[in-house]
Amino acid sequence: MALLNDLAKKKEGLVNGHRLCPGCTHSVIMRQALAAADTDKYDIVIAAATGCFEVSTGLYPYTSWNVPWIHSAFENAASTIAGVEAMYKVWKKKGKTNKDIRFIAVASDGGTYDIGLQALSGAIERGHQFLYICNDNNAYQNTGNQRSSATPFGASTTTSPNGTIIQGKTQPKKDIMSVLEGHHMQYIAQASPSNWRDLMDKVKKALDVNGPTYINVIEPCTTGWGFPAHKAIEIAQLAVDTCVWPLYEVVEGKVVINYKPKNKLPVEEYLKPQKRFAHLFKKGNEHLIEEYQKQVDKHWEWLLKREESGISY
Amino acid sequence: MAEKLLDWNEVLIGATIKDPGNSRSYETGSWRVERPVWNPDECIQCMFCWVYCPDSSILVDENGKMTGIDYDHCKGCGICVEQCPKKSKALTMLLEADAKGKSEEEIRKEAFSK
Repeated sequence: MALLNDLAKKKEGLVNGHRLCPGCTHSVIMRQALAAADTDKYDIVIAAATGCFEVSTGLYPYTSWNVPWIHSAFENAASTIAGVEAMYKVWKKKGKTNKDIRFIAVASDGGTYDIGLQALSGAIERGHQFLYICNDNNAYQNTGNQRSSATPFGASTTTSPNGTIIQGKTQPKKDIMSVLEGHHMQYIAQASPSNWRDLMDKVKKALDVNGPTYINVIEPCTTGWGFPAHKAIEIAQLAVDTCVWPLYEVVEGKVVINYKPKNKLPVEEYLKPQKRFAHLFKKGNEHLIEEYQKQVDKHWEWLLKREESGISY
Repeated sequence: MAEKLLDWNEVLIGATIKDPGNSRSYETGSWRVERPVWNPDECIQCMFCWVYCPDSSILVDENGKMTGIDYDHCKGCGICVEQCPKKSKALTMLLEADAKGKSEEEIRKEAFSK
């Protein structure tokens, strides 16, 4: 992996002037991903699903993208890129192009966990060569923080508000990684923008796979989660250190954990700075934090056991 | 800023934009309340600010070294200051109101004297 100074010399794939909130990590993730792509060797084409990122970088007649970029609808980032990839393959066969092009689909959790799941599943099953990056900001942040199936347990959103009876979302977060594992893909990974080297390695690896690949990235949202803008990267780091967001990859069904925190922090460290979890710290709600911790521990232990056993598909 | 809207027959099919990265002409720097101030003497060129900047607002020369901050686009989120390993010596925040009408040298003095 190159040094940051070498990466900084490269032409930026995503330029400034986009209308994302100050401190939004959507662009941080994409800048890191595009910096990791070996653009001397191949070109990149991107398809985007509707979401914060799409509306703020593709505000007609402006675009913040320095690479070819296509958007059609909320639910079909995967099928859009699948179509582009299929056309590219035909062109290559007919000799219309001899370029090496790699394809990326970008969506948030709404366009991946819920609305885009069918299109994503279909495109993976058909075996198109593309990398799907999900910037998981835990809710429909574009329309104002409505709950999605990626919203974690206990989080207060506008459609799962905390009140006297119900304390935020009552259901746990969907385990999308396991859902995608069911497709028996060659490469699936989970990453965080705070660990940029890890994220870049994963993007590079995924782009070189001949087939569909998926990377799930945590995307702290300053307005939706309720923390000051300058804390964005810190929150992502806390999610990693508390094992709320473990950094791991599944290579041909085999789990590899990329980062094991030396001292695993209690989930309170991650929950405390965020306004959406503020009600969990009220008197009488201690059991909810215990429950949260239990869910996180269970998943982490399951991952550790899977890595140890070394079984694959 | 958006000048004149295109007529229906001037818009390209599929709402294609022919000019990649033209959002650069939209200056988001006007959103800023606080500005990061850079002290080149203390900077160790780790480029963490560059890798974590959401607005690609860290100016870089042809050797990949930091040369300053793009105040036309920086939204003043403060991530660079938070992630700077020099802990408020190489980068620090200053209110825009305190920076108004001052030269670069004066701003630097003001920001790092606190």
